[in-house]
Amino acid sequence: MEKMVKQLVEAYGPAGEEQQVASHIKDVIEPLVDRVSVDELGNVIAIKEGPAGAKKIMLAAHMDEIGVIVTDIDDAGFLRFANIGGVSPFTLIGQRVRFADGTVGVFGYEKLDGMKDLKLNKMYVDIGATSREEAEAKVGIGDKGVYHREFIGQGQRVIAKSLDNRIGCAVLIEAARRLENSPHEVYFVFTAQEEVGLRGARTAAYSLDPDYGIAVDVTDTGDTPEARRMAVSLGKGAAIKVKDSTIISHPLIKDLLVNTAKTKGIPYQMEVLERGGTDAGPIHLTRSGVPTGAVSIPCRYIHTPSEMVDLRDVENCIQLLVATLEGPLP
Amino acid sequence: MLLARLSEAAGVSSQETEIRGLVKTEAAKPGVEIQTDALGNVMAYKRGRKNGPTIMVAAHMDEVGLMVVGVENSGLLRFKPVGGIDRRVLVAKEVLVGPDRIPGVIGSKPIHLQKRNERNTPLEWNELYIDIGARNKDEAEKLVPIGTTAIFATTFESLSDEIIMGKAFDDRVGCYVLLELLDEEYDCNLVCAFTVQEEVGLRGASVAAYGVNPDLALVIEGTTASDVPGVPSHAHATTVGKGPALTVMDRATIPAPALVEMLKDVAAQESIPTQFRRATTGGTDAGVIRLTKGGIPVAGVSVPCRYIHSPASVASLRDIEATIRLVKGFLQRY
Repeated sequence: MEKMVKQLVEAYGPAGEEQQVASHIKDVIEPLVDRVSVDELGNVIAIKEGPAGAKKIMLAAHMDEIGVIVTDIDDAGFLRFANIGGVSPFTLIGQRVRFADGTVGVFGYEKLDGMKDLKLNKMYVDIGATSREEAEAKVGIGDKGVYHREFIGQGQRVIAKSLDNRIGCAVLIEAARRLENSPHEVYFVFTAQEEVGLRGARTAAYSLDPDYGIAVDVTDTGDTPEARRMAVSLGKGAAIKVKDSTIISHPLIKDLLVNTAKTKGIPYQMEVLERGGTDAGPIHLTRSGVPTGAVSIPCRYIHTPSEMVDLRDVENCIQLLVATLEGPLP
Repeated sequence: MLLARLSEAAGVSSQETEIRGLVKTEAAKPGVEIQTDALGNVMAYKRGRKNGPTIMVAAHMDEVGLMVVGVENSGLLRFKPVGGIDRRVLVAKEVLVGPDRIPGVIGSKPIHLQKRNERNTPLEWNELYIDIGARNKDEAEKLVPIGTTAIFATTFESLSDEIIMGKAFDDRVGCYVLLELLDEEYDCNLVCAFTVQEEVGLRGASVAAYGVNPDLALVIEGTTASDVPGVPSHAHATTVGKGPALTVMDRATIPAPALVEMLKDVAAQESIPTQFRRATTGGTDAGVIRLTKGGIPVAGVSVPCRYIHSPASVASLRDIEATIRLVKGFLQRY
């Protein structure tokens, strides 16, 4: 598990340029399912076929990550950039950024009167180039960069960039490996462009036209010093979503997940996320509506290069999904 | 001049009747079939010589403007913006109200009567009004029912042999490009979509793309150029006169990489100057087209325009011509 997570989080895949992580996921999941395809937006769709007339259930975990996109290169070779998804300028100070070809840069910022004046447009990336020409030989306008950080496993807790949501991808892959006899047709969808507006899940759900949906993503916790109040803690089990700002989970799916967890004795907690959305949002509004819910992995420090999850929560999420998919659907 | 007529036509989001009439007249060329959908989008179909892919090229007809939301006893009209308008540009501007183009002026408290602090802050929406010279509420309401829209009364001008000035270049320059495309023959099936209600949330394009269901799409926009004093060069977004701008990402979309590469290839082979749109703010019809049904490959090409969403924008005829050549070259590859 740790090795799979390490490979997933260290893969390159900013929103809109998921090909590297997609190709890795495709290789890993191909032997575990009946067919795999990639659609127009770059979603990886892996299908475990069900018997004739089986219900179709779509699981979605996004594989894209936040990052930055180059918007300008100056005469001295410094790069200006904009954010891809939710990137805070304060998080970027002292960080390194990696581009698709492996080029690494560091973030710097202009002189400021105070740190509260720090905005992304006061910042730049320095790749060590000494001129525009030297910079342009490595990086062009529109090129995308991601945090450059290694994976750390420390007991049950792992620390890494992009656990949002490569840990969800790991949950889907492991569920596909363990799921043997499902009475349903199961779509394992690794979605693109979630971080810029839940985009991939929307087109994938339209094409697949599922009967039910379950998104798998990380969620915030409220268990750190003076945290925003939230009844989710690291290590206390799989989080079953009640609502976030894009969905109120369908009671059929929410109750199914809760009842399955109770029956199987899988630790779980209820998640009410006040800010933030998931792929469950667009899925439940597809065509004439799809009953949808979500299973979330509790995660601290989301959207920083040092996100943290507990592997016991990850295991509980996998068990909850597998048990749910093996049983009858409402 | 067609550009002048497109610029001067009225078409505030949801009330695009006048510009739609002009577009339909101009698009009625040999071999072009025109349809109007439920939201008012105009689709001009031109069948290809071979049965190539169906390519939708979209530009929005609507413009930002004002909507009358109330009438004072004095006959002055209360209004709200339709689309993104900086209220600091409004004071003392001449407007044309409603389908009958009733002339008026945006009034406010004169400088003599303003308190010191009022001079230092922009006027609020409720401190601005349109004066059409009505003597009382009854007279005004007869001429201007609530819900009527108003446009800026800007006459199109050529500032030089290259630079033009007028209102609504966002996105009448796009409409102009589309109309020019319809003169040419292609192997692909071309659908020029003149969309409505872009400025209030990319609404028309969403249903147009669902209805047409093209194999791929291009969106032609008049986009912001901030190559002006006080803006550092890395924040210019685009520069007037440096050619059409290709989008790498904006608030609503990340274009299909293959189409951006194709546009770059065409530009390189045909020696058409291009630039990147060096900003990720703003959204266009490309955002909703990209997410239609199972996903549609889309890219965006923009004509740089200074001062968009104001009474007068400035653009370069050379940029517009280069945009037409670029898009024609693109269509000829399919």
